[in-house]
Amino acid sequence: MRQPPEAVAVRPARRGDLDRVIAIDAAVTGLPKRSYWLSVYRRYSGAGRVGRYFLVADSVGEVRGFIIGDVRDWEFGSPPCGWVFAIDVEPRFRVAGIGTRLLAAICANFRRAGVFKVRTILAHDNTLILSFFRSQGMMAAPFIPLEMDIEV
Amino acid sequence: MKLQKNTSLALYSVLEFAADPTRHFPATEIAAKYGVSAHHLAKVLAALARAGILESVRGVGGGYRLVCNLRRLTLIDVIQIFEDPGLPDGERGDSGESTPVGRALGVVLSEIDQMTKATLASITLATMLRLMARQRKAGQDRASRRRPRRASARNA
Ligand SMILES: CC(C)(COP(=O)(O)OP(=O)(O)OC[C@H]1O[C@@H](n2cnc3c(N)ncnc32)[C@H](O)[C@@H]1OP(=O)(O)O)[C@@H](O)C(=O)NCCC(=O)NCCS
Repeated sequence: MRQPPEAVAVRPARRGDLDRVIAIDAAVTGLPKRSYWLSVYRRYSGAGRVGRYFLVADSVGEVRGFIIGDVRDWEFGSPPCGWVFAIDVEPRFRVAGIGTRLLAAICANFRRAGVFKVRTILAHDNTLILSFFRSQGMMAAPFIPLEMDIEV
Repeated sequence: MKLQKNTSLALYSVLEFAADPTRHFPATEIAAKYGVSAHHLAKVLAALARAGILESVRGVGGGYRLVCNLRRLTLIDVIQIFEDPGLPDGERGDSGESTPVGRALGVVLSEIDQMTKATLASITLATMLRLMARQRKAGQDRASRRRPRRASARNA
């Protein structure tokens, strides 16, 4: 559903937004994770959370999407940078510029915190979200994510 | 990753058309810019037209124009018309493939293929145009940073 992005305001998440956030996440991942989202909210919202951002896109009082990220200092020897670790837009309201507004808003917060690089990590088979971040100008970072199974 | 010549030509052409979608380009103009024969380029453009990416334009000047969705057509969509950018796991087709060494090598090579495919499948023509614009701007910024220094060197 296309809707002018001006009708959407991006603001810090409030406790009362959590039900919508959980529902949007559950619609995307198929898993409602209430206790996970409560703990994310506690860590990323409210006063005194320096360098942590949990923002929602609000359209006429309804949450349509959210983005979460933080400033990470000297991780793996890299100078402080902004990390986006979650972004979701309610499927009915996609491709209307909400994702772009959310990313721009968190980048504005990172800029105010004095960091000028933003990073994220994505599943390589999630073409949708890869296309989105690419469209915003993101390029491959000079890192390679690695993993292994820990033997039992 | 090295692309075959026709694939590169196809990408150059599609991006030339994408940069100015209202214009009809005669094939000779692109051929001259990229240093290939008009005959060679015509074959590439015909393949793009068969794939529904370009449409030939009749009448004065003739040529082609873009008829695809810039915001959805990705680099891999263009590349796959001309070549396969990476084979599925374990299909390299060499005789050592089923040996322990060949299988281990296959695992590493398929990691690289997966990254290549993920990259090519997520970059649309519209994203490429924005990347080109950023590079142009970075080039201009570099040039304007160099200019005053030369001027002050002359003044010194
Ligand atoms: C990725 C996502 C956040 C994009 O949000 P959105 O509000 O639709 O994004 P926008 O409207 O701002 O789109 C910006 C650009 O992204 C790209 N894009 C968005 N959706 C796309 C799609 N379906 N196909 C291709 N490109 C797409 C386009 O380049 C688009 O620009 P355009 O509209 O000019 O073509 C949204 O699709 C989403 O929430 N997806 C699920 C995310 C997910 O899996 N999260 C879990 C892991 S964190």
